[in-house]
Amino acid sequence: MIHFVLLISRQGKVRLTKWYSPYSQKERSKVIRELSGMILTRGPKLCNFVEWRGFKVVYKRYASLYFCMCINQEDNELEVLEIIHHYVEILDRYFGSVCELDLIFNFHKAYYILDEVLIAGELQESSKKTVARLVAAQDSLVEAAKEEAASISNIIAQATK
Amino acid sequence: MGSQGGFGQSKEFLDLVKSIGEARSKSEEDRIVLHEIETLKRRINEPDIPKRKMKEYIIRLVYIEMLGHDASFGYIHAVKMTHDDSLLLKRTGYLAVTLFLNEDHDLIILIVNTIQKDLKSDNFLVVCAALNACCKLINEETIPAVIQQVVELLGHQKEAVRKKAVMALHSFHQRSSSSVNHLISNFRKKLSDNDPGVMGATLCPLYDLIVIDVNPYKDLVASFVNILKQVAERRLPKTYDYHQTPAPFIQIKLLKIMALLGSGDKKSSEQMYTVIGDIMRKSDTASNIGNAILFECICCISSIQPSPKLLETAADAIAKFLKSDSHNLKYMGIDALGRLIRINPDIAEQHQLAVIDCLEDPDDTLKRKTFELLYKMTKSSNVEVIVDRMIDYMISINDSHYKTETASRCVELAEQFAPSNHWFIQTMNKVFQHAGDLVNPKVAHNLMRLIAEGFGEDDDAADSQLRSSAVESYLKIVDDPKLPSAFLQVICWVLGEYGTADGKYSASYISGKLCDVAEAHSSDDIIRAYAVTALMKVYCFEKAAGRKTSLLPECQSLLEELSASHSSDLQQRAYEFRAILDLDANAVENIMPLDASCEDIEIDKSLPFLDNYVHKSLEQGAEPYIPENERSGTLNISNIINRNPYEHPAHSLRFEAYEVPKPVVPTKLTPAVTYPTDLVPVPEPSYQPTLSSGPISDAGSGSGSGSTELRLRLDGVQKKWGKPAYSSAAASSTSTIDSQRTTDNGATQSDNVTSKSREPRQPHVEVSEEKQKLAASLFGGRTARPERKQSGSAAGHSKVSRTTNHVEDKAQPTTVATAVQPPPPDLLDLGESSGAVSSYSSSVDPFKQLEGLLDLSQDGHAVTTTSTGPDLMSLYSGASTNGQNQNQNQNLNPLINEKDNMNGAPNPSNRTASLTKGPSLKDALDKDALVRQMGVNPTSQNPNLFSDLLG
Repeated sequence: MIHFVLLISRQGKVRLTKWYSPYSQKERSKVIRELSGMILTRGPKLCNFVEWRGFKVVYKRYASLYFCMCINQEDNELEVLEIIHHYVEILDRYFGSVCELDLIFNFHKAYYILDEVLIAGELQESSKKTVARLVAAQDSLVEAAKEEAASISNIIAQATK
Repeated sequence: MGSQGGFGQSKEFLDLVKSIGEARSKSEEDRIVLHEIETLKRRINEPDIPKRKMKEYIIRLVYIEMLGHDASFGYIHAVKMTHDDSLLLKRTGYLAVTLFLNEDHDLIILIVNTIQKDLKSDNFLVVCAALNACCKLINEETIPAVIQQVVELLGHQKEAVRKKAVMALHSFHQRSSSSVNHLISNFRKKLSDNDPGVMGATLCPLYDLIVIDVNPYKDLVASFVNILKQVAERRLPKTYDYHQTPAPFIQIKLLKIMALLGSGDKKSSEQMYTVIGDIMRKSDTASNIGNAILFECICCISSIQPSPKLLETAADAIAKFLKSDSHNLKYMGIDALGRLIRINPDIAEQHQLAVIDCLEDPDDTLKRKTFELLYKMTKSSNVEVIVDRMIDYMISINDSHYKTETASRCVELAEQFAPSNHWFIQTMNKVFQHAGDLVNPKVAHNLMRLIAEGFGEDDDAADSQLRSSAVESYLKIVDDPKLPSAFLQVICWVLGEYGTADGKYSASYISGKLCDVAEAHSSDDIIRAYAVTALMKVYCFEKAAGRKTSLLPECQSLLEELSASHSSDLQQRAYEFRAILDLDANAVENIMPLDASCEDIEIDKSLPFLDNYVHKSLEQGAEPYIPENERSGTLNISNIINRNPYEHPAHSLRFEAYEVPKPVVPTKLTPAVTYPTDLVPVPEPSYQPTLSSGPISDAGSGSGSGSTELRLRLDGVQKKWGKPAYSSAAASSTSTIDSQRTTDNGATQSDNVTSKSREPRQPHVEVSEEKQKLAASLFGGRTARPERKQSGSAAGHSKVSRTTNHVEDKAQPTTVATAVQPPPPDLLDLGESSGAVSSYSSSVDPFKQLEGLLDLSQDGHAVTTTSTGPDLMSLYSGASTNGQNQNQNQNLNPLINEKDNMNGAPNPSNRTASLTKGPSLKDALDKDALVRQMGVNPTSQNPNLFSDLLG
């Protein structure tokens, strides 16, 4: 099971956090501090795993962004590494060549996508296409809703209320 | 609220994100966030905030919370937003609450009703959003409120919903297996779902269930094997392929399940052999995912009944892992080796050298893993080497968690395999000296017991030798002022018990040492207590032996001091000691028999020596003692405490909607008939009579109407948070809202086009280049892969140390290039992004690298993606920005550099070219101009970057 997902920039800035196990706000800050201290200082040739508090944290660097996932001792690290990559590929598809900037300003979208990939700390969908389709379906509704305020149908709805 | 740029947020929000991005220190960031919190606190409570604005506030709250600050003041608004009818807002609300609230938060009770309603929605996206929220928010107490609906959704026509329903049920099972136990048969059924996604999701709960108990699932072995076979034969849709491997995540999950099912079960295992063998043969060892499957196969093979043939294949695979250059694979190899040696200890020997290499490796993770392997491999023949290594490692690390773990492993191994007493005592001393405060106090007690009891053989000579070598070594180190408390306790006890036993040291010498200990640790009452008792023993043994005894003066003064101590324990010990001083040798020997720490002390629980006293008291009119459990009338507190509130369903909350109130005014009967399904209550027989017997108004006000079960009414809450219309006439308003929603959804589809066309307003030539570079660096340029292969041959440069990077940036690229894992075949179906996503040196000085970029582009060696590729342009214009990106330069820089790295990698020599500006000069100027236009001071983040670009 994945306990949490962290996206940290190389400068140690938090880009996204998702907690699947309960952590208080205080613990969260501590976790982030500890892990960014450990991970950001690691050299390039070392392996992408760190052991931490009896868990394992699998991280992968994409440009200046570190994607980290915390897993149990008995989980398969290489698989998690690929789950990270799977997520990044979906992000890439969604944003069209994703960059850190996309995630900075659209972090809520990154959350939505993450919610389609992982649920309750487990990989729920391993087909990129399915995820993409679902996210697109939601987006099209959202796009529609954006225009809602100005749309005539809304005015009619208001009037007939 | 003008939507600035393509991000759909207000300028204010973009400014916030930007300023956070520019913050140079954590404290500056905190200041900005605190200010933002103040602003939001003020704004969010203003009346009549437009919904869109509110949505942005909620997203800003998420942002604040993400940065580690407390946004709890706004939680209620997020909860409120989940009640909204528009999916956009609802989704934002759900996102926010799932991020904000833990499963035990008080506000969850307010969301349950909404979730219930949304689970019934005819829009599957609403249902999905609600199911997502279920997984995170529904706790043990609220599971009954939604479980029925979730189970029904397992049969939903949309696979996305079925999948999420499975996962939700799984999360319920994790929280409270008892409330889902009657439903687990559903998981079995879903295993044969038509959609592979649903089947894949079902494997998660099944895995958990099988972990708990294997036996009920033995019958599924054949199904799992069959599924795995089909997956491996690429029978699943192509979309489940990942880097040309068929549905690897499903394969891995299946292998995990099979490992459990086959463990210790020959019959089941035999069914698996063929398919595992097939998968191992087919697996693609060049790609990461292929290795992940391979690793899982090895795990499975080591768990099920061993098959010689498979073990051989597994050993070969491990050999490949260990020989690999990738640290990741080495790590996995060590892990796998640790699993396999349990079955066949000989395997490790072939890999000795590789293991040693890993042990010496600078990578701490790998080292740690190797120690774990060594721990598993320890025998009496190698224990000395291994434990010594482990202790050295333990001393070198600071992480208390692993220090503790290593220490306790050392202790365990030493106890189990110690070749000699002397070595054992020395080893324990070292462990305690360096990690004494971290080891479990039990370890200290174990050590004492071990010294007292000896190694179990009836060899008194060996035991006493162990003791005297312990005493000797302790006397040597006892003066060390930095000994941990637990260790000192052991020392005091051993010195007291055995200090004078072999006659080597005089009682006064030992006493003197013990007094020193008590003196040196005057703040630690436990040590002092140990020391005093030890002193007492030494004295007693002397006296019992009939030797002349006199108390040392320092011992006298210590006793006096302790008699006045504010610790009652110390006082008592001191007074006892004093009392003993006055007794004769015979009595003393009875009180403190020599070497009797292992004797059992018999206690007569009926305390017969008090009988006389009790009799006397009773005769004098005292009340007889009544045992606790026979006393009546007193509250039995323990019972109350132990009672688990969840065991009594009568006390649990009620989540079903109430019956539609029997209308007081007959005209209101009509809406009840046309009621939308959303609000039709789940009939609950136990409640029915209450409703009919109580006054009708009670049902409306939600006071529980005198029912025996006190329950919270959740739909009453909605009056407070929901639309104002709810409170007046809930029935009629929901129907209008429903209809409104459907019209919205239907009508606004066509608005899509217009919304798209509105977006880009400005030309973005410069910006798009930026983005292109970012993209290329994040997902790699087209040129990256082949070049990387080339660079692999230049491994000689890889020894360039990190510290020299700044000086020798010419050599840097090779360092980076060799760091890259063996390139996976071009499996990414992302076009230009192929294989570029791998890790790069974090030690690279980005700005030096940037210089390199300029050189290269001039030399024309690297196909720089700075040229405006038309496809990227078009992509970019879609995600328009208004140039805000420029302000994010500090974020972009590394991205650019990464890409640069890759381009520069193959040809380090080119980097030596002088810093003349090539075609990229114009870009640089453009970029700088834009940045200045945005008001960013080039020197603020990194002077190098900008000055270099300008030349």
